[in-house]
This record gives sequence, structure tokens and C-alpha cells, in this order.
Amino acid sequence: MSNEAAIMEAPELQSEPRRIEDATAVQEPAAKRDEPMMMDEEQEGKGHTVGDITAADPVISVRNCNVHYDDTCALKNINLDIGRGEVIALIGPSGCGKSTFLRCLNRMNDTIDSARITGTFNLYGEDIYAAETDVVLLRARVGMVFQKPNPFPKSIYENVAYGPRIHGLATSRAEMDDIVYGSLERAGLLDELKSRMDDRGTSLSGGQQQRLCIARTIAVNPEVILMDEPCSSLDPIATAKIEDLIDELSRNYAIAIITHSMHQAARVSRRTAYFHLGRLIEVDATDKIFTNPGHRLTEDYVTGRFG
Amino acid sequence: MEAEQFGQHISRSFNAELENLRNEVLRMGGMVENHLDMAIEAIVAGDSELGLTVAGQDHKINQMEVAIDEECNRILATRGPTATDLRLIVAVIKAITDLERVGDEAQKIGYLASHLASNQEPSGHYRELSELGEHVKKMLHDALDAFLRLDAKDALLVVEEDKLVDDEYDMILRQCISMMMEDSRTIRRFMDVSWAARALERIGDHAKNISEYVIYMVHGKDIRHLELDQVRQEMGVE
Repeated sequence: MSNEAAIMEAPELQSEPRRIEDATAVQEPAAKRDEPMMMDEEQEGKGHTVGDITAADPVISVRNCNVHYDDTCALKNINLDIGRGEVIALIGPSGCGKSTFLRCLNRMNDTIDSARITGTFNLYGEDIYAAETDVVLLRARVGMVFQKPNPFPKSIYENVAYGPRIHGLATSRAEMDDIVYGSLERAGLLDELKSRMDDRGTSLSGGQQQRLCIARTIAVNPEVILMDEPCSSLDPIATAKIEDLIDELSRNYAIAIITHSMHQAARVSRRTAYFHLGRLIEVDATDKIFTNPGHRLTEDYVTGRFG
Repeated sequence: MEAEQFGQHISRSFNAELENLRNEVLRMGGMVENHLDMAIEAIVAGDSELGLTVAGQDHKINQMEVAIDEECNRILATRGPTATDLRLIVAVIKAITDLERVGDEAQKIGYLASHLASNQEPSGHYRELSELGEHVKKMLHDALDAFLRLDAKDALLVVEEDKLVDDEYDMILRQCISMMMEDSRTIRRFMDVSWAARALERIGDHAKNISEYVIYMVHGKDIRHLELDQVRQEMGVE
């Protein structure tokens, strides 16, 4: 089944009736969908996702994603596309499942024994969880940047060169130099660091370390970059630089970013997804989420009200 | 959307700030209504002194506009409001501009009243002006009431009402023209009357604007420059 077909048909595996808001929702009475000015009724997030979960040109496409840690349900029936050249912000209170969702996308949850994951996860139509998927390669294609910068305790050069080397992306020292300098350049670090290439990565400032980690991620030519609160330990100047970088990178990569800063989500993303207690409550254009959200729970969260 | 929503933030001081802001807008609205009331009274009763009193007090309204504007800027800078909160702030910033303009129109009517009164004409000629005045007063009152209660349906009624005010204004204008044609000595006086009618008609426009901000606040939809039928349809109102 091609990727597009998978989206169009969006199989509903759940026994209870549950709507998936996408192209197949034509059976929905038109009048119901044509009430943009009426606030959705108070729902405790039990219904379908409000907004449009599809992206025009999906890189990653997730359907019917359920995740359990032992008996605890962490994610319930999540459907979401991440489009090419798009920055999507994942927001929601702590414990809502947004990190779990992000970690499903490059199989970081494989390392957690108690995690059970069901549903379809496609990267350009290929099943991320297929038995033949090479996880190391997958994590190069779907790179990740973490909350705390985690450079290797090696030189700056080696930090960036490590990934391309294990993936065999360079055949000569000159090619490797190109990749390393190019990646540092794109991460906006080259001017600051070109005279210090042999310094340890850990000797840099927090913001520089985080950008070094981004340089390390993009050195292996990923298709998607996942960022889990990449600026939460950085000062406003370093944060602004990372945000600029995200803007820059979004031309070439699909980016999913988790953030607890509403304003960061509003600034950097084009789409925003709101998670609440393991459910995806609403996905829509960021402008809409922050000026006129469709669901009461989203509204309460972005305005800082009691949920 | 309920008015109580503005008191449900996790931050209690934010609740207090928004509550205070809404109260300030209504206080300013009350003052503007009061000025309009006096201005209409002055012109209908030919009370020169009252007209000048109103005209001389406009600066109080201007001061309130500046103060509320500053408070909005401060909230934008410190709270970074979103969704309904953001729409409230935007609506307030716009609404107080319109209220201030209503104040200006009331001032204008106050001066015209004083001018007309000095011509010592019987007040009977200003009956239509009185009716138009009552009409726009009610519009302004209803608009502010809808603002307080976040009632988009009532706000829409005010928007619809503006058409009638425009018609009444046209009628007064036609009467003024025929009076002036009948007796050219009255031209000066009826020029003043038509200016006053014009000011009242503008106040109707401002009340309509404020109502449009209420609809924006409640539904997040900007209905300015849309056809009324379209607006009713989108709001699901018959």
C-alpha cells in the first residue's frame, strides 16, 4: 500500500466509533463541519482530533498509534502526518505523551522493555517498525536533538564526523572535511569555532553545545529532525539562535519540536499539535491554535487556564 | 465563550489584570454614554451651557483611552496573551479608539448645541435630531452591554441597527435641505443641525464597530466589510 493510499484509507481499527479527520471524512454531514465560529462542545478529549491531521506532502505518517507502558496507556489512537519542509510543534502538559510520540518516530522506545507500541508508522511510505528496518540507519534518517546538549567527550571535529564515518558517507579526509565544515556552517557555528576544531565539544557554552548537537544530527543528511525541548536549558540569546536555525533548517528537513514555551511554539512552527492525557486533541495551523483554537482543552492550555 | 473565562487562569494576578481591564473599558464606556446623553440633551433643549460643559470635559475620555491603551501594551508585553485573552486585548485596544471618537463627536455636538442655542430658535425643530440621538444612544449602550456579556448575537443586532440609523440620517439631511431651500436665512442654522445629525450618525458607526469587535472576541472572526447575510450564516443566526 502506498503512503498516500494509507492516508486516504486510514483504517479504523478501534471497535468504538471514532472519527479520523481527513479526506475520508466526507460522510460527515457538511453542515457540521461548516460551523467554524461555534466553539466545540466541552469534551474531555475523548472524541476525535479537532483540525486536520494530514499534511500535503507527508514525510512521516502515523495512524492508530497506541502506546502502553506496562498497564499504563501513554498514547491512545494518535493519527498525525509530518510534512516535508514543515515545522510542527508538539505541545501539552507534562505527561501528556508528546515525548513518547516523538520517541516512537525513531524507535527510541525500543530500549524501554515495558513499552508496547501498536499502529502504523511510515517514513516515506516505508514501515518504521518493519522487521528488516535497520534502526541505526533509521536514527540517521530521523535525527534527534535532546533537551540537554549531549556532545561526545571528543573534539568538535570528531563530534560532527562520527556519524558520517559510521555510515560511510565520506571516502576521504577532504570529503569528511566538507561534511564537517558544511554541517557546522549550517548550524551557524563555523565562524565561532573554526579556529577551535580540536577543542573538546564539552568545553563549549550550552548554546554552542546544542548547536553542535544539531550539526552532528544534520551531518548524516537526515530527512526528519526531532527536537525534544531543545532550548529549555539555554539562555534567550542561545534560544534565539537555535530558533533561527530551526527556521533555516525547515527548508530542507521536516522538523517536529516539543516545547513547553508557548511563544516558542508560536514563533517557530507552522503547525501545532496539542496532546492531553495521551490523546491528540487538536492539530491545526499554529496561527489558529494561538488565536482561535477549536477545542476547549487547547484553549485552556495555551491561555494558561485550569485544565 | 463566557465572561467568567477571564477569571480562570492559573495566574491569579493575570485574572485580576483582565478583570480590571474590562472594568476600565466599561467605566470609559459609561463616561462616553454620559457625555453623549448630555450633548443630545443640550442640543434638543437648546441648553448652551450644558453643551459647553460637555465639550469642555472631553479630555477626561482622552485620558482614559491613553491609560487603557498603556495597560493593554503592558499586558501584551508581560503576559503574551493567546487565544481568547489575546482577542480580548485586541478588541479592547480597538474599542477604546471608537469610544474616544464617540467622545469627540459628543464634544462636537456640544459645541453645535451651544451655537444653535445662541440663535434662540424654538427647540421643536430638533425633534428628529432627538429621535436619532435616542437611537444611537441605545446602539452604543447595547454594544457596550454585549461587550460586557460577550454576547455575539446581541452584538449582531447592533450591527444590523446601523442601517436604520443611516436611513434616519438621510431623512434629516433631506429635511434640512428643504428648509434651507425654503428660507435661505435658515441656512446657517440647518447647516449646524445637519452637522449634528452627521455626528450622531458617526456615533452609530462607532457602536457598530464596537459590536464587530465583540463578535471577533467571541468567535475569532473578523466580520468587518462582510455582507450581513454572510455574517448571519457564519454565526448560525437566522
